[in-house]
Parts: sequence; C-alpha cells; structure tokens
Amino acid sequence: MMEIKLKLNGRNVSSHIDPGLLLIDFLRDQGCFSVKRGCETSNCGLCTVLLDGKPVLSCSVLAARAAGHHVQTLEGLQEEAAEFVGFIADQGADQCGFCNPGFVMNTIALLRENPNPTDDEIRSYLAGNLCRCSGYDGQLRGIRGFLDSRGKK
Amino acid sequence: MIMNIQNYVRPQSLEEAYTLNQNRRSRIIGGMLWLKMGRGTVSTAIDLCDLGLDTIEETQDQFSIGAMVTLRQLELHKGLNDYTQGAMAQSVQDIVGVQFRNLATLGGSLWGRFGFSDVLTMFLAMDTWVELYKGGILPLERFASMKHDRDILVRVIVKKAPGRFVYRAMRNQRTDFPVLTCALSRLEGEYRAVLGARPGRAMVIRDSGGLLSEGITGESAAAFAAFAAETVPTGGNLRGSAAYRTHLIRVLTQRSLLELGGME
Repeated sequence: MMEIKLKLNGRNVSSHIDPGLLLIDFLRDQGCFSVKRGCETSNCGLCTVLLDGKPVLSCSVLAARAAGHHVQTLEGLQEEAAEFVGFIADQGADQCGFCNPGFVMNTIALLRENPNPTDDEIRSYLAGNLCRCSGYDGQLRGIRGFLDSRGKK
Repeated sequence: MIMNIQNYVRPQSLEEAYTLNQNRRSRIIGGMLWLKMGRGTVSTAIDLCDLGLDTIEETQDQFSIGAMVTLRQLELHKGLNDYTQGAMAQSVQDIVGVQFRNLATLGGSLWGRFGFSDVLTMFLAMDTWVELYKGGILPLERFASMKHDRDILVRVIVKKAPGRFVYRAMRNQRTDFPVLTCALSRLEGEYRAVLGARPGRAMVIRDSGGLLSEGITGESAAAFAAFAAETVPTGGNLRGSAAYRTHLIRVLTQRSLLELGGME
C-alpha cells in the first residue's frame, strides 16, 4: 500500500492505495460514478477525466501518477456541462447514455481549448469517444446547436 | 487489472531509474497504454514523470524532445510542425483520440519499436537521433533495429537539416491501427521513403538507383514507387493482405512524392 494526495474536483483527498490501482477504480471508489468502465483497452473514451485540465483515459493511468495533481470528473463540472448538454439531449444523441459522461468531459476540454470549433475540428477532437447507439451525428448537431445559439446571444 | 504492480516509484535521477530498471521484473511505464495490456507481475513500476523529460526544446539547429513528451505535444508544437510542413501533426492525429495522445509518450512509442507505429515512421524520415542513458547518442535508424535492453531512452534529437516532409497513412477506419504508414522526405538533397505497418517495423528506403536524381516528375515518382513496392517486404494480418500492402506502398509512395514535388 502507498499513500497518495491529490485534488479531486477541487477538494484535497488523501488515500492509501495499491500501487497498481488504476485511476478509474480510485475515482469510482471516491464516489465518482460518472466515470464509466468501457473497453479497458484505451480506445473508447468512456472513462475520460481531466488531469490538470487535460482529457485523459482514466483506465490507462495509475492512480499513483495522479498524486500531486488535480483530477476533475463530471461530478465537479456540472455547471460547465449544463451549458451544452441540453442541446445534445435535444438531438436524442445520448440514447443509452453510457458513453455520455466521456463525451461531455471531452467536449468540455474541446471548448476550453477551442471555443469556436468547426465541424471537422469537433469530429476530430471527439474521434476518441465511441458511441454504439447514435452514429455521432446527433452529438455533432447538439454541439453545433449550442455553438450557434451562443453566437446569437 | 491484468498486470499486477507491486511497487510504484518516481525516481529523482536517471541513475536511480537505471538502477531500478536493471531488475528484469521492473518496467518503465511511459504512457502505460500498452504496458497495461500485458500480463504478469511488475515488481517496480518506474515513472519518469519527475525527471523533467516532458519538454520540447528548440534551438537554431535542432529539437531536443524529452522521452515523456506526449504525442499531443508533438501534434501541437508549432516549431516541429513548421519544420515538417505539418507532417508531424499529420502523423499522430489519427492515433486513437486526444485523451490517448495526452498520455502516450514519444519515448514509449519509439522504445517499443512497434510495427504499427506512425511515430517511428515519421521520426525515421527526419535526421533523428536517440539519447540512451548508458548507450549514448545514436541514429534512430540504428536504434530501431536493435534488440530491447534495459537502458533508458532519455530524449530524442531531431536535427534541423533543411528538408521537406510528407506523411500519409492508410487506415480502414479513423483511429484504428494503420494498414500502412508512409513518410517521404527530401533532406539536404537525399530522398527517403519510410514504410511502416507492413505490418513489420518501419524501414527506410533510399534512392540508391538515382531514380529521382533529375527531380520529381510523374515518371520518376512512378519509378521510385515501383522500386519501393518491389523492395519492401510485406505481410498479411486481419487489417490487410501482403498484396494489398504492396499495392498501398506503390500508391502512397507515388502520391507522397508528387506532393513533395509540389505536383499534388
């Protein structure tokens, strides 16, 4: 066992962990159930969290590596997500909903990095988030709808 | 978790990391993306994240890229992309997703010498050297053919030889492994074609027969592409047959040459 200290959604957390514990399992142990276990082969994006503001796959990071850093999950970013998730829901893009937290987290990262992305830039940034229900057009229409509505304000 | 990790250490010096790594059950974890797919027990997971190897330093003559620099940093680095006319970003932008590329490291990608590697293909097209902690500085081309040992890849040096670069890859689907990777360069007058995902490790083809000695034309590009297709061994796997890959070598090499020559 080893002790780690990190910031999780703005609050300081310390915990004794197994050295091989993955960040996804640590976060779910901390009650962050928005972080979903998907492919576990680093391909699907379901487990996306922000590590020091950058989107990463929590299934592929040791919790020990996150020590000393700031981890954010959807639980800590409700307000930022609320700005656009309604537009995605309006397109029926979340269907089963299992991929949705990962999509939302990566969309937050996209919009922080590039507040006015083109459709191609949206597709490119979200290419690492797989959805087996929707075919991706709904998500794209939702994000585009949000961006367009923002432009009208 | 499939792999069992018993200890996790962040060494404070390369010597400490090297010493830990001499135990054959220790592993340097890099971005950990492929390592986590492995089985068995790792006695000590060695994380180089405290050694300051996560920066790209640019001088007039070269780029010095730390082994812990991520593929996303390569993708976004203005100097590298200016130097390669955007080929650097082109080479990594379809590797899974942004989240993956924020984790995958240059050191891990090159150390693995993976057959499917876009990264190895791209870096072989440049005047690239690797710095090993004990092994010193050696050309990437030589390193790529070496067997794995227990040294540490510290940084990668790209000399800014005047050159032009083009990168193309064929994928069955965006974000999948490539069926074939192809990087073309003209470095100080020397043409270099690098073909990877054959599915074997990327290999470098030079214009030994002088097919391009009069410059790039439609005919000379076709002749060099045919030469590359004849020279580079290919194999089959679930992504494509050997014959398909040989066909792709000809097509991608020809198109890349035409682009290099400003004809496409």
